[in-house]
Amino acid sequence: MNAMSRLLGWVDARFPLTTVWKEHLAEYYAPKNFNFWYYFGSLAMLVLVIQIVTGIFLTMNYKPDARFAFASVEYIMRDVDYGWLIRYMHSTGASMFFVVVYLHMMRGLMYGSYRKPRELIWILGMAIYLCLMAEAFFGYLLPWGQMSYWGAQVIVSLVDAISPPVALWIRGDYVIADATLNRFFAFHVIALPLVLVILVFLHIVALHEVGSNNPDGIEIKEKKNPVTGIPLDGIPFHPYYTVKDIMGVVVFLAVYFGIIFFSPEMGGYFLEDNNFIPADPLKTPPHIAPVWYFTPFYAILRAIPQKQLGVVAMGVAVAIFFLLPWLDRGLVKSIRYRGNLYKIALGLFVLAFLILGYMGTQDPNLWYVNPVSRVCALVYFGFFVLMPIYTRLDKTKPVPERVTG
Amino acid sequence: MKIDFWKKCLVQWGLGMLMALAGSGAFANQAVKLDHAPIDPSDMASLQRGAQHFMNYCLTCHSAQFARYDLLTRLGLTEEQVKKNLILTDAKIADYMTVVLNPKDAKAWFGVPPPDLSVEARVRGADWLYTYLRSFYRDDQRDSGWNNLVFRQVAMPHVLYELQGEQVLKVEEGKPGEHHAATLVLAKPGKMSPKEYDQFTADLVNYLVFMAEPMQQTRIRIGYGVMIFLALAFVVTRALKHEYWKDVH
Repeated sequence: MNAMSRLLGWVDARFPLTTVWKEHLAEYYAPKNFNFWYYFGSLAMLVLVIQIVTGIFLTMNYKPDARFAFASVEYIMRDVDYGWLIRYMHSTGASMFFVVVYLHMMRGLMYGSYRKPRELIWILGMAIYLCLMAEAFFGYLLPWGQMSYWGAQVIVSLVDAISPPVALWIRGDYVIADATLNRFFAFHVIALPLVLVILVFLHIVALHEVGSNNPDGIEIKEKKNPVTGIPLDGIPFHPYYTVKDIMGVVVFLAVYFGIIFFSPEMGGYFLEDNNFIPADPLKTPPHIAPVWYFTPFYAILRAIPQKQLGVVAMGVAVAIFFLLPWLDRGLVKSIRYRGNLYKIALGLFVLAFLILGYMGTQDPNLWYVNPVSRVCALVYFGFFVLMPIYTRLDKTKPVPERVTG
Repeated sequence: MKIDFWKKCLVQWGLGMLMALAGSGAFANQAVKLDHAPIDPSDMASLQRGAQHFMNYCLTCHSAQFARYDLLTRLGLTEEQVKKNLILTDAKIADYMTVVLNPKDAKAWFGVPPPDLSVEARVRGADWLYTYLRSFYRDDQRDSGWNNLVFRQVAMPHVLYELQGEQVLKVEEGKPGEHHAATLVLAKPGKMSPKEYDQFTADLVNYLVFMAEPMQQTRIRIGYGVMIFLALAFVVTRALKHEYWKDVH
């Protein structure tokens, strides 16, 4: 026995290192038919790591003080060695996190990944999504530009519409102010990242307990090799999916760094123009729009004429995703074997979501913005509310015994 | 195959939407058509001239408090040249570009303190600045005697009028009061010809864009290297994936 394996033996007697390695990588059997849509889980983890690491370096030079915050960001952009790169990686990373997570959720909708027995994975995933939204919201205040400030003002005013004392408690002042900046900083750099990391851990533990779904929506564990007990359509995650995901990572990085190096503002959608103006509590910008990843919900909020109802609708629009496992009464999981009803419903839903996202960036005084948003909001809620009916009526196709590649 | 078509539709929707979003610009509700700023961020001579214009004409009222004078050494100038020709105050080379104008006084004089220009180009964009600086006209109804087509009722007087001359607003017959139907006419020529003044403002805007993001050119240069590296990495990782996946059927 050489020194390395003796060391491993020593560790294994005290910690389940080899067991964990086998259970979660070398002998974790994933379906062999993962397609394009299955890259985004591991990519989301990559972005989480990027955000944490770049965030640590930003924290070294950022000052969470209303007097210095804006200047400290410019200091990072100009005087800190490669500060501009770290900052762009973080700001672009925030948007890419949502791109990746939205695609990851889309995968779940297409292939029924939320269906029994993966309801808990879905719920934990939704908790991650909520946490991510809060993390992005708190982080967006930190550069202390006009959009940071007024965006936060608008969002907290939504709380204010429901309960003014709670809004006051969140802000720590009557307006967004230094006290708000400090506590948002605390939430952004420690409270929420901790929760996020724990939730991601639980998400993966739950996933590895039941095993991954696949584009056919078949349980590969039902067809095992009688001798080895290994699913016939399963392949070990490592090395097969590690090498495949590394390839995906390279493609992702090409997009991510393409944006960072060639268009870090992304036409005002990743870094808004007005956020290069320092926060001014006395000067409300004429047009306040949240960052693109919140705009679908913002459009729903604005589409409803009564503010409190709008806030409720916006909350429901996010929360309703939690119910998905129980709203879907379909006989099959994957879109491949669903009938036209579900395909049309999902298509309309995606379209409505994208149009809402666009409308949320537009000036609400334009004549078409609110009417179009209202129609799309109806489609959006219709997708969920009518789901028990159309998934049941849907003419599904027979599901094959084994995965189809 | 039906599924593939469906998949492609979804991907294309997503990509199309992203591109539409990126293209339209978040704040593209301009009333006046903006001229394209003929700037070249790699033209050092233009940037040096722009820096000179900035020091002479802007940095008396407008600060650039996030930028240091040593920034100018990135424009192919030595520290000595910067100290001798571009620092017009007793500031040291590592000092920030501040001004002595007191914001309180400025507010009393102009109605609003002149904004800091460090990152102004990232707020307004080069085209806006280029058009704005060329769109001042005489307006007797304004306290300053000046108005601007791009930024109506602007507080800043036309500080460059000696160079550009004085423009007046000519409103087309039958369309009174409509700003977009109005044109500017040079009523009194300045020291510069219109062409020279266009060049002057282009140089100045070029510098403002540089100052707003001094690392822009470095960023793009590194970007090409990173893209080449990732392209090679893709070839390697793709080959690796295919090698491992040979036996999966």
